[in-house]
Amino acid sequence: MAGEKPASEKAPAEKKPSKKKPAEKKPAEQKTSQKEGGEKKKKVRKHHASRNPVLARGIGRYSRSAMYARKALYKRKYTAPETKIEKKKKEKPRATITKPVGGDKNGGTRVVKIRKMPRYYPTEDVPRKLLSHGKKPFCQHKRRLRASITPGTVLILLTGRHRGKRVVFLKQLGTGLLLVTGPLVINRVPLRRAHQKFVIATSTKVDISGVKIPKHLTDAYFKKKRLRKPKHQEGEIFDTEKEKYELTEQRKSDQKTVDSQVLARIKKVPQLRGYLRSTFSLKNGVYPHKLVF
Amino acid sequence: VFKRFVEIGRVAFISFGPHAGKLVAIVDVIDQNRALVDGPCSGVRRQAMPFKCMQLTDFVLKFPHSARQKCVRLAWEKENINEKWAATRWAKKIEAREKKAKMTDFDRYKVMKAKKMRNRIIKHEMKKLQKMASKKGKKPEKSVKAPKSVKAPKSEKAPKAQR
Repeated sequence: MAGEKPASEKAPAEKKPSKKKPAEKKPAEQKTSQKEGGEKKKKVRKHHASRNPVLARGIGRYSRSAMYARKALYKRKYTAPETKIEKKKKEKPRATITKPVGGDKNGGTRVVKIRKMPRYYPTEDVPRKLLSHGKKPFCQHKRRLRASITPGTVLILLTGRHRGKRVVFLKQLGTGLLLVTGPLVINRVPLRRAHQKFVIATSTKVDISGVKIPKHLTDAYFKKKRLRKPKHQEGEIFDTEKEKYELTEQRKSDQKTVDSQVLARIKKVPQLRGYLRSTFSLKNGVYPHKLVF
Repeated sequence: VFKRFVEIGRVAFISFGPHAGKLVAIVDVIDQNRALVDGPCSGVRRQAMPFKCMQLTDFVLKFPHSARQKCVRLAWEKENINEKWAATRWAKKIEAREKKAKMTDFDRYKVMKAKKMRNRIIKHEMKKLQKMASKKGKKPEKSVKAPKSVKAPKSEKAPKAQR
């Protein structure tokens, strides 16, 4: 370090011998750097060698605080210049507002906080959920369909007046029930709804890709109609309610349109018509868990 | 009394275990219960196998004891064991059992229809023969004719159902 200083003194001294006296006490590099800074503003400052001599690898002679003093960092505190944008950003939102107050001898204004502290702190951090939490009404339930049931699958109905009959699946309705048809001429099963759980899906599929099912066939179309307005309280209650199901013309026409399309496709597969006509039954030695459907 | 013996080169059918249903050749006998077995053409690595899980077949290969896999494979392919096995009744029965288990509801219906038709034809022929026999009651005429024409429609329907 000591050897370095006179060397650096000499070098700038050689550069400009006429202009200045080689002063040993003054730190030569600072002066030259000042002059050079004046002449060439963009010259890179020469970096000082490490002021912390090494005792062993990784260990210096002076501590962190001693080095702070030796490097004169107390003089070298730089801040980035504040731009106009940052100045603008500093504008904090107003915390209080002064409002006029009526009345006599009140000192006409008050200083009011804009954002006030909460007036109540609940004992629980997370509010308790309502008992009906997560319980959705039926119309919002998620409808699922077994992967084995696809449009055109032959299903075996297990319950209802058509139990045991093999039937063609058309589509799943809004409530999750399956729209199914015999077709009517084959096994006397009309366009009807069936429940997924009470049905066996066989692996036999009819290609229903082009069949157009009328859009008005929804749950409302199939819903049972009940008259529940007994104007007379006693006697004659049993007659007014529609017990007998009446076949409407619309049902017949819908059946025809759907069935004609489905029948055409059924005829293409040999023996399928006879298959749909037959009913499913268990016999001796036939175990459902061993059957492949 | 016994026709199939445990010998070097005997082809065995594995009845249970991880390699159930495969054919192997006995390469060497280890002790009273186990054999060194190899099935290069049936996907069984050379290993020890207890005799209990092996069922002997009619096929014997020719190779010396402890022959290496290459020799076993050569002998196997020379004798064409895979094809011979597929032609045996044993293998056909196994295949038929598998097919029956895989039958879907529709297949079962088709088989039922085919069986019904076949039985009808058979009954028809039987009735005809019985009638003839009763007509010519005094003349002892043998009516034990196995109508071979009956078997043709059944074999047509069976592969159709199995498809």
